[in-house]
Amino acid sequence: MTDTAQIQDSYMAQVRRKRTYSTILLVVFVAMMASGFHLANDRNAGGFLAGIPRLFDFPAELLGEAFAKAANLPGLVWHYLPALVETLNIAAAATLIGAILGGFLSLMVTPGLAPFPRLVSPLRRVLDITRAVPDVVVALILIFMLSSGPVPAMIAIALHTTGALGKLFAEVNENADTKPVEGLQSVGAGWFQRMLLGVVPQVAPNWLSYALLRFEINVRASAILGFVGAGGIGAELKIAIGWGLGRYDAAAAIFILLFLTIMIIDQISGHFRHVLVKGRA
Amino acid sequence: MTTVPYVEAHRRIARKRLTGFALLAGVIAYLVYIFFAFDMPGLAQRVRLDNAAILLRDTYSHRIQVTRDNRRDTTSVSVDGERNGQYPADRWPDWVQNAEGGTAINLTHGVTVRYEDDAVRMAVPDYGQITIIPAQSGIELFTPDGQIPEWISASDTRVAITRPEGRLTVTKARTETFRYFLGWPLFFFTTDSPFHYMTWTELARSALSSDRIVADQSNLSAMWHDFWYNPMWRHNAVAWAIFETLMMAFLGTMMGAMIALPLAFLSARNFGPSMPIRFAIRRVFDFCRGVDGLIWTIILARAFGPGPMTGALAIMLTDTGSFGKLFSEVLETTDSKQVEGLRSTGANALQRGRFGVIPQVMPVIASQILYMLESNTRGATVIGAIVGGGIGLLLTQAIQTQKDWEDVTYYIILVILMVMMMDGISGWIRRRLIKG
Repeated sequence: MTDTAQIQDSYMAQVRRKRTYSTILLVVFVAMMASGFHLANDRNAGGFLAGIPRLFDFPAELLGEAFAKAANLPGLVWHYLPALVETLNIAAAATLIGAILGGFLSLMVTPGLAPFPRLVSPLRRVLDITRAVPDVVVALILIFMLSSGPVPAMIAIALHTTGALGKLFAEVNENADTKPVEGLQSVGAGWFQRMLLGVVPQVAPNWLSYALLRFEINVRASAILGFVGAGGIGAELKIAIGWGLGRYDAAAAIFILLFLTIMIIDQISGHFRHVLVKGRA
Repeated sequence: MTTVPYVEAHRRIARKRLTGFALLAGVIAYLVYIFFAFDMPGLAQRVRLDNAAILLRDTYSHRIQVTRDNRRDTTSVSVDGERNGQYPADRWPDWVQNAEGGTAINLTHGVTVRYEDDAVRMAVPDYGQITIIPAQSGIELFTPDGQIPEWISASDTRVAITRPEGRLTVTKARTETFRYFLGWPLFFFTTDSPFHYMTWTELARSALSSDRIVADQSNLSAMWHDFWYNPMWRHNAVAWAIFETLMMAFLGTMMGAMIALPLAFLSARNFGPSMPIRFAIRRVFDFCRGVDGLIWTIILARAFGPGPMTGALAIMLTDTGSFGKLFSEVLETTDSKQVEGLRSTGANALQRGRFGVIPQVMPVIASQILYMLESNTRGATVIGAIVGGGIGLLLTQAIQTQKDWEDVTYYIILVILMVMMMDGISGWIRRRLIKG
């Protein structure tokens, strides 16, 4: 009898301790959220409660003007198409360059495949750093040197993509079968040949899938960079919604373009990624 | 008949090879198109190499400049020409001296500059003495051989001498000499702090001694005060900005997760009440994710004004969409046995969710939240640049002044450290969660 009582006691004690910990964690979490929210609210130009009723003012104004000038919309959409193409080109070129560099670097940092094992660790740090620097920062610095335009944005996004894809690709490479590589080595293939013929065919589907996902992210990033100073649809959006001279029909056209583009790209890339990873259904 | 598969194989290999080359050709063709679409040849002419040089030099070095106002005849010594970096008149660096009849400046390698009443004289070893007279009619330049070497640019209104030892500019209004030093200037103490003039050992000694340098304050606290409120680097503001960025990421991620979790229950196939509700909520998630973060940020900034909360709310909205999708996928893979067991004891829906489902999905959900927190730390820097909050704001401001590149370097290093720290912490917690 005493045995079961002991077991029950210790079980209840454990449960109580777990509950106390959970409660403490919960209280700390709630306190952090509440004080953080309060602090953020204080530092904001407008308050949260004051802003809530105004939340729909801007969308309403925008939609109102867009509806009033609905006849303009197709023309405006057509007008902003080149800017959209530029934004997409920035994203596509950056993804392409980033994927090529990232693929090369990922092979350099995969233990077992790396041609210079000593460089694995330093190159990984380099990839970490290129991933950690926000692309806006690189873009703004490059704008200072190269003057504004699509090239700074492209380089900035490509740099970030190199870091992000390099890491993901390296994880894929680690799972690659080394037998083809060894086979190629035994017939005297050089490093490039071993990688190109032994590794890349194995990892290509996963690489492509990650690159497509990155392209989706990069389209958004490229729009944001346009807003900060590089060209493309983001720059047009900034002009269109500028305080005072708001041309909301133009802004609505750009919103529509951005929304549709992102939706379409997400759908297409999602479909292809599914095919690539799961095989043809 | 045996040759047929052989031929077939050859044909397939040939086609594969062709596809490979076509792909390569396509990539090259696209890059060539981009090369011309982005006007790269024109860019080569627009590159501001001088800007690049300024930027690069500012990131690792600074200048101390000796400026004479030629009209008022006053001379000052300052770091990077900033008001916060001016040396008091009695504490000039020892290479600048108020000598008889003017100021003597010793640059490196024996090059000296003298500001005299009527003229500026620069002595360069192996070359001779250059005399510049800033007269009202125009600036006169006299070199030892009468020729003007390529390191001097001279006109009626301005003479600039650029040498590796330093730089001298004379206009009618002012005379300036720059001398360059390695490192970031005044990172710890500005020139108005008594601690600026001490070496490290002196600092350590005075920190331990009880002779107060600043009245009413222990030396250590005075040091901390001068460092923390350094008017050039504003360490307190920077620390606050980093904190604000982390706060934006944390608040946005957590609020997004808290909103998404109940909605995910409603949209999961095995918990959702009905098909139309499920469908509607899924479309809401798609909409939140589909509308770009940029658009949310703009709409929210109109309602709430610029600031960290706007950033947090923008992160929250996009995250609600992503979390909703991820969580509902996780919920659909849960085991229904626990829920049935709880139902047999008479537990209501809330209790079934709390004790039957949450314990199953918690590790996965927590790891997804942490992963998102990690990526949002990066995102919060960017969003901060748009909504005006946190380190993103400081960074864009510093870049836009186009001269405080040492600040930019400092902020970038801090951002990298911040992101890496968050990666480390969240990676550690995630590993703990997976191991249990």
